[in-house]
Amino acid sequence: MTPGPGRRLIPAYLVTGGRSAPTGPALDRLAVLLRTDSALGPETGSEQRRLCELLEPGALTVVECAAHLELPVSATVFLATDLVAAGHLHARPPIPSAGEIDRSLVERLLVGLRSLH
Amino acid sequence: MDSVPSTDRGGIGYLPSAAETLMKLVVTGPFGVGKTTLIRTLSEIPTLHTEEAMTQSSTGLDDTAGLPEKTTTTVAVDFGRLTVQDDLVLYMFGTPGQERFFPLWEDIARGALGALVIVDTRRLEDSFAVMDMVEEQGLPYAVAVNRFPDAPAHADEVLRKHLDLDPRTPLVQCDARERRGSIDALIALAEHALTCLPAPQESS
Ligand SMILES: Nc1nc2c(ncn2[C@@H]2O[C@H](COP(=O)(O)OP(=O)(O)OP(=O)(O)O)[C@@H](O)[C@H]2O)c(=O)[nH]1
Ligand SMILES: [Mg+2]
Repeated sequence: MTPGPGRRLIPAYLVTGGRSAPTGPALDRLAVLLRTDSALGPETGSEQRRLCELLEPGALTVVECAAHLELPVSATVFLATDLVAAGHLHARPPIPSAGEIDRSLVERLLVGLRSLH
Repeated sequence: MDSVPSTDRGGIGYLPSAAETLMKLVVTGPFGVGKTTLIRTLSEIPTLHTEEAMTQSSTGLDDTAGLPEKTTTTVAVDFGRLTVQDDLVLYMFGTPGQERFFPLWEDIARGALGALVIVDTRRLEDSFAVMDMVEEQGLPYAVAVNRFPDAPAHADEVLRKHLDLDPRTPLVQCDARERRGSIDALIALAEHALTCLPAPQESS
């Protein structure tokens, strides 16, 4: 069951379908990804490397990374999950997480939108 | 050594570090009604898109008659971002309204504040399927009539009647190329979403 230390060489999007259940909940489309200062080793695949390089200057959501790397969101989630597990990325869930929108949040949104007029 | 934001190569548009709260809404509607235009009008970053694969059984699909069991289509989902207050960022996802994209639609809409349904008065009936989909998802929504120059102008009441709108559902007329009207459409949606949430004192 435990995957070996070696990295797959097949593009991530080809294997996502057959993957065993990831540990923890899947990353949200709007999870914020941040690069940690851990150095990439030779085991880091080229797609993973691209993702880390994209995040070097600053933070982006999963869906923005997917768009910049021209990968499907599912593949990006897959890459990011592995990189988080390896300590190269940090992922912060969006606040509110799905289904937790409350009045104060929407009120703040309204104040903000009205000020954009 | 210092933490001054690095140069933003290629205009990527990194998130400001204060951006702590991320919300999203869905901009939907039939083909070519102005979804991308509205997002482009409001977004602070150049609009981006992802290509999402949809695998489905081809039974009942109009355009693949005669093909075996399954087809995979890719569909582009475009999106933009609007910083509303320093720490509050709103993402807008433009999702195709066609029924066959419902699984994808559902996935993107999960956790959204609500949906803005864009309609074109030249083909109101094209919007019915989308509105059904939004209602099925249980998302609060507002209808934005995108005014095209050669489209017939109708009074709000006439449009409401044709669209069979609930009296509480907001209807706004706008031009998706103009910022002010597009922001008004978002405000109408957010005000409506607020009325759909439980009243303040009803905690626990
Ligand atoms: N006159 C006018 N033209 C508009 C307006 N909004 C959009 N258009 C034009 O209508 C066309 C379709 O707009 P899009 O924003 O691409 O529509 P869409 O809903 O994203 O289309 P699909 O993603 O293909 O379904 C484009 O050529 C726009 O320039 C508007 O408010 N007024
Ligand atoms: Mg579009």
